[in-house]
This record gives sequence, structure tokens and C-alpha cells, in this order.
Amino acid sequence: MVERIVEINNLSKKFGDTVILDNVSLFTERGENLIVFGKSGTGKSVLLKCIIGLLTPDSGEVFVLGQNIHKFKRNEINNLRKSISFLFQNSALYDSMTVRENLEFPLIRNFKLTRKIITEKVLNTLELVGLEDSIDKMPSELSGGMRKRIGLARSIITEPKLILYDEPTTGLDPITSKEISELILNLQKKLNTTSIVVTHDLICAEIIADRVIFLVEGKIAFEGSLDELKNNKDPFLKNFFSKNIISE
Amino acid sequence: MKIPEVIFKQRLKFSEQWYNFLATMTGLTVFTIEFFRQAFIRPLEVREIKKHMDELGVKTFPIVTITGFIIGFVLALQTQPILAKFGATEFLPAMVAISVVRELGPVITALIFAGRVSSGIGAELGSMRVTEQIDAMDVSGVNPFKYLVVTRIIATTIILPILTIYVIFLAMVGCFIAVIVAEPTSLSYFIDTIIEAIAFEDLIPGISKTFVFGFLVGLVGCYKGYTTVGGTEGVGKSSTTSVVIASMLILIVDAVLVKLTALIW
Repeated sequence: MVERIVEINNLSKKFGDTVILDNVSLFTERGENLIVFGKSGTGKSVLLKCIIGLLTPDSGEVFVLGQNIHKFKRNEINNLRKSISFLFQNSALYDSMTVRENLEFPLIRNFKLTRKIITEKVLNTLELVGLEDSIDKMPSELSGGMRKRIGLARSIITEPKLILYDEPTTGLDPITSKEISELILNLQKKLNTTSIVVTHDLICAEIIADRVIFLVEGKIAFEGSLDELKNNKDPFLKNFFSKNIISE
Repeated sequence: MKIPEVIFKQRLKFSEQWYNFLATMTGLTVFTIEFFRQAFIRPLEVREIKKHMDELGVKTFPIVTITGFIIGFVLALQTQPILAKFGATEFLPAMVAISVVRELGPVITALIFAGRVSSGIGAELGSMRVTEQIDAMDVSGVNPFKYLVVTRIIATTIILPILTIYVIFLAMVGCFIAVIVAEPTSLSYFIDTIIEAIAFEDLIPGISKTFVFGFLVGLVGCYKGYTTVGGTEGVGKSSTTSVVIASMLILIVDAVLVKLTALIW
């Protein structure tokens, strides 16, 4: 039986009176790329934040690598998070640190590695994302695409078992967007990680997706392959993709 | 760590302002408890604390240098004619020294420190909050409260007393210059007068309350920055309200500590 990396049972989350997630249940298996589609404000990012424990659900259970993350104490969550990475929408690079320091940060803080191994890892990861020359630059000196790549490099440097991507291609031109998506796929194949990718970008989904879910008003309205989703007769889903295809 | 949410609106009703005030005070209390809970847990982040002390010291060094000198110089200049009327100009160094050591040095340094550092910390952490850098730190398995908040509060608590001693020294230099401008006095006589005038009871309360002020400046800046909401506008608000709250708390706590130290010493 294939190992389930993430398993969510009946997850609900409200902010005030607004229901963001309503009884959501899903799972991902080892090595799988799950795409989460949905309009803005349907709870996609909240779902990711509940998976990594940044937000606490009102009800339901979230199992990550077989452990219920919301039952954990602070230091136990930190230990589990060493096996998970999160790529934020705006990359969230540390402004006050160089690219090298950004990449070194999770390694120095979480793993007992020698300086030589850390430097090797940083150089190798930057080579993977094609930005070896930017090692001593500050985040403010990088373009949007470069920031995404460095964010991606920081996410994979710890060789996590699970990577959560929050709109990894938003704000990028179609060419860079395609490059980033291909990079995500290549890295996933190389490291055999499991990925949950929140996106609006159909090009990105076409490159990465093994399976797709579609959130509407906090509920899963569709679950299946990308082709099944595209051929779905539901008027709302058809409309979503016709808009996406036009924007291509 | 549950912190009450502060209402983020342009124009607030009176009741909402009260709510915000109470929410801020509750938040500061929660932050203080959390600080003491985490400050002694390893890793102690000594490197980060030293880094912040360096930054904060360098940031405030020029302004406190000027302020320290001016306090002593102006105080001596203003007081000298009044003391001259009573034929008591020999008490001038002692009077300035006691004023600066007991009250003016600690409070003015703390207020300048609040203006320079509390706003800086509020803006820095606020910007990290709205750009999800704090969340990024959290998800990478690092405790952001310990790494960002505890280290800064310890740094401000240690650095403010050092700055205050420096300000007191410069104020005395300023006072000496004002004194020799008015009438020629030897440096050794000036120093002897000050040493004779200042007692242990003046020095200890004056310096020890700066630890509390330093703690407050760090605490308020970190609290406002760490709990920033509302994007870049929220960062601006965090920065300015940090200064207001920190300055207000310094003055209130000073009044309490003056009374308290008067009872003890």
C-alpha cells in the first residue's frame, strides 16, 4: 500500500462568521503532485496553512507523515516541520540576509552539519535552480522570477518529504511561469517529494499535476485528473477553465 | 499564545479605542509571560543578541551623544544665573549631576531610545509579518518568537543602561564646559564635587530603572511589529504606535519606580 503523506478528515475553518473551509477531506500519496484549484478566497491558502500548522482548524484532523499535527506541542511541530517545506506566494525571503544566508538558515538551525557540507548543499541547490551567480546578492537585488527560484531553492535544500506551494507562478510572465513549473516537476522527480500546489495557473497544472481538486466556497467540488476536470460538464468549472484558456 | 486582535480601522468609536487599549495591554502581558517562558530555553541565541546590541548601539550612538552633551550643558547654563543670585554657584556641578543621574539621564535616554529603536523594531518585524517572513521562519522549524522577539528584548534591556551611563558621562562633560565658560574651575575640583554629591542611593535607582525601560522599549516594539495586520499601512501604524506606547509606558513606569525607590532607599 502506498504511504499517505497528508491525510485530512472533515477539516473546517471559519474566520468570524465566514466559513472558509467546510468539511474538507483529502489525501496525498508519496511522490504525488496534487493541484488545488479554486477562485480567490475559496480557502486554498488556508488549507495549506492548516496542513503545516500555521492555522488551527475549528474541527477535523490533519495527519502529516502519519502524525496529527494539531495535537503536537511547539517543539514537536518544529521537529515535524524539518520534513516539510512551504513555498510562499511572494517567496518570503528574509530581507536582511543574502541568498546564501537565506539558504543556510534552515540547515544551520535544524541540522548538525559541518560548514563544508552546508556550503556544498547551498552551491548544489543554487545550481539546480540555475542561480549560482546570485549567491551573495540581497533579495532586493533579485527579479520576481529569481526570487521564486531562490524561494524554491530554500524549500528543497533540506530535502523535505512534503513541499507545499502557494501559487508558485503568480505574478510571473508565461515563459518564466513555465520554467518554474518545469523546475518544480524536475525537482520533485529528482528528490521524490510529495507536493501540494495551490494555483490558478493552468499551464503550471498541466506540467505538474498528477491529480487535481477544485475548491468552491470551502468545499471540494471536484477531485480527479486534470483531463477529467477540463472535460467536466459543470457550468462553473467550464467557465473557470474557459477564462483560464483565454488568458493563455 | 493567544493575543487579542486589535481593530484595524481608520476612525474608531470611543468604545473601540478602549477595546484597542485593553487589547494592547493584554497583548503586552501575554508577550511578557511568553518572553520569560522562552528566554531561558536553549538555544540562548547569544550571537543574535550580540548582533542586535551592535545594531541598536550604533543606531542610537550619534543622537544620544548630542543629547547627553546638550542636557548637561544647557542645564548648567540655565541654572547658573539662578544659583548665582543666591551665591551658591559652587553647588552647580552637584545639582546637575544629581538631576542627570537620578532622572534626566535615564528618562531622556529611554525616550530617545524608544523613538529610535521601538519604531525601528516595530517597522522591521511588521514588514516581516506582512511579507510572511515570520511564517516562513515558523514553517522552517525555527521558533520565530525566540529568534526575533526574545533576542531583541534582551538586547534592548542590556544596551539601554550602557547608553544611559554614556549619556550621564557626556552630560557631565557638557556641564563642565558650561561651568568653565561662566567661571574658571579646575577639572579635579569639578570631579571631586560630583563624587562628593552623588551617593549610592542616587546611582543605583537611576541606572537600574533603565533595565526596565530597555525591556519596555523592546517589548512594545516587538509586540506591535509581531502582531502587525493590514499590509504596508499596518507596518506604518505599528511603527508609530510603538513609539507612543513605549514613551507613555516609560513615563508611567518611571513615576511608579521613583516612588518605589524612594521607599526603599
